[in-house]
Amino acid sequence: MNPFKPKQRRAIPGFGLTLGITLSYLSLIVLIPLAGVYFKAAGLGWDGLLHTLGSARVLASLKLTFGSALIAALFNAFFGLLVAWVFVRYQFPGKRLFDAFIDLPFALPTAVAGIALTALYAGNGWLGQYLEPLGIQVAYHPLGVVVAMTFISLPFVVRTVEPVLAEAEKELEEAAATLGAGRWITVTRVILPSVWPALLTGFALAFARAVGEYGSIIFIAGNIPMVSEITPLLIIIKLEEFDYAGATAIAAAMLTLSFLLLLLINLFQAWTRRSRNR
Amino acid sequence: MEISIRNVRKTFAAFPALAGVDLDIASGELIALLGPSGSGKTTLLRALAGLEPIDAGQIKFGANDATHLSVQERRVGFVFQHYALFKHMTVEDNIGFGLSVRKGPDKPDKAAIRQRAQELLELVQLSGLGKRYPAQLSGGQKQRVALARALAIEPRVLLLDEPFGALDAKVRKDLRRWLRELHDKTGVTTVFVTHDQEEALELADRVVVMNRGRIEQVGTTAEVYEQPATPFVFDFLGSVNRFRGEVQGGKLKINGLSLNTDSPLSGAVEIYVRPHDLRIVEDSSPGLDARVLSVQRTGPFVRAGAKLAHDGTRVDIELSHLDPLTAALVPGAQLRLLPAIYGLFPPEGGAPLKTLPDVVANAVPEQRGDRARA
Repeated sequence: MNPFKPKQRRAIPGFGLTLGITLSYLSLIVLIPLAGVYFKAAGLGWDGLLHTLGSARVLASLKLTFGSALIAALFNAFFGLLVAWVFVRYQFPGKRLFDAFIDLPFALPTAVAGIALTALYAGNGWLGQYLEPLGIQVAYHPLGVVVAMTFISLPFVVRTVEPVLAEAEKELEEAAATLGAGRWITVTRVILPSVWPALLTGFALAFARAVGEYGSIIFIAGNIPMVSEITPLLIIIKLEEFDYAGATAIAAAMLTLSFLLLLLINLFQAWTRRSRNR
Repeated sequence: MEISIRNVRKTFAAFPALAGVDLDIASGELIALLGPSGSGKTTLLRALAGLEPIDAGQIKFGANDATHLSVQERRVGFVFQHYALFKHMTVEDNIGFGLSVRKGPDKPDKAAIRQRAQELLELVQLSGLGKRYPAQLSGGQKQRVALARALAIEPRVLLLDEPFGALDAKVRKDLRRWLRELHDKTGVTTVFVTHDQEEALELADRVVVMNRGRIEQVGTTAEVYEQPATPFVFDFLGSVNRFRGEVQGGKLKINGLSLNTDSPLSGAVEIYVRPHDLRIVEDSSPGLDARVLSVQRTGPFVRAGAKLAHDGTRVDIELSHLDPLTAALVPGAQLRLLPAIYGLFPPEGGAPLKTLPDVVANAVPEQRGDRARA
């Protein structure tokens, strides 16, 4: 029996057609290119794969990329929530202007962001000149990677949490207050749980964006092998050395890790949502 | 716990929501705040809860001045029109919330909170639904959970803001009766807000009729309905006919009709008569001549629109469908009418009388029905 064929006629027709188009489209745009990556990487064989991926430089870059992306996404989850809160709950002069600023990292070519950040944080930059004497090096340092990733992934959390916060009924807070809950308890036990799924989505998007970021990071990171070299850059390097199999092997590893992490986040989300039936 | 409200004022951006309200509520009473939207009834309720800070005045719970207490300190149970249940918590956790946020020695342990939640679920007749989430309940069930949650903290007073406003008519009626029984069982002083006069009259011990931030009248349901203190109350609680007359030396004169009155007014007055208090009398008896314009049967009532012969004022008449006099209600028929029960008020600055155009002569609010029979 064909599992895709509905047993009864549905109220909304066109299930077969739309599902077909969706799957074809998804295959064409996403699945086939990605499968190509695995296919190409498979040419290396197990030994070759292990050899390429096991090298200290690749491992260091993976650790840097995913570690920094995690820190950046966590950072944005916290501050993005705060920003969304302020935008939803308060009125202040210039609100619309600030609101537009939030989307800027979306619109900016990433190279521009990279140059701007480097100019700021380099040893002789506006901020760098004060930070470096304090022993805080940002540019040409793993910290620079985190800063760039944080910059470019900020809008994701703000924009996913904002509508949910805006929709949250004020009455819920009032109800909590009449039941004796103070502000802190109201925030942690009533408001946060209601935005939790949206926050998780924002976190996942920010994380995915940070992992895939290339343009802005290569300017500020300095790209020192084993220290501040991100995986996407390593792939480019391999390509420039005409080591296509090596490049795709790293790409496949990155793809697999990203997919597993996103799947994990999705599962977690499904688990938190399950009870609410919303 | 008795509540005393003294000269409470609240203004929203130049709009006086509460323009000096005084009210005493006895312990264990069930009170309805009734009025049209914008009358200040919800503001007053929220002021009692501490959700709305007041500009001036005093609110006392028992002997304690609660005016400056925070919402949390007031320990009031508040039920919102749209339930305001915590969606991510089970019904049980919702009910236990108020106890679980307590601090120090007041905080019951988990087993005690669960125990209390079970008792309350039983009280609101929802035993066995404790593990459900609010999304899995019907509107009526949600509101009962909200009520249980409010009762869990053993509130000094229970405040309900249009508690049945979001429910459909049948459920609303059932819950009304159920709330009355619950109140009689628990004895918690309860104040509820409604714009539905039928709900107020059916449920409350006393009704507070509000208009434009002021209290128009406070009284038992019978008092406010049968002896409305102001034209507003007369008009708001059921429909009313208005026509002009004159008071002279203990006599009320309407055209040629003369009735005894002890009204302190003299000179021109407006007479307020409910449609079912406008009696059809024999042609030989004193009365006002009128001509029937239209007749409509609505449920157990026969309603007619008529026109007074002497000044053309349109009036509504209402009879039970069992009344033999309904035979006289035929469009075009001549009637003689006598105001059996009426109120006298000074005329409203010479404003034209409210007359109903022919087409809506029978547009009588449906709610009037029950009381009219009583």
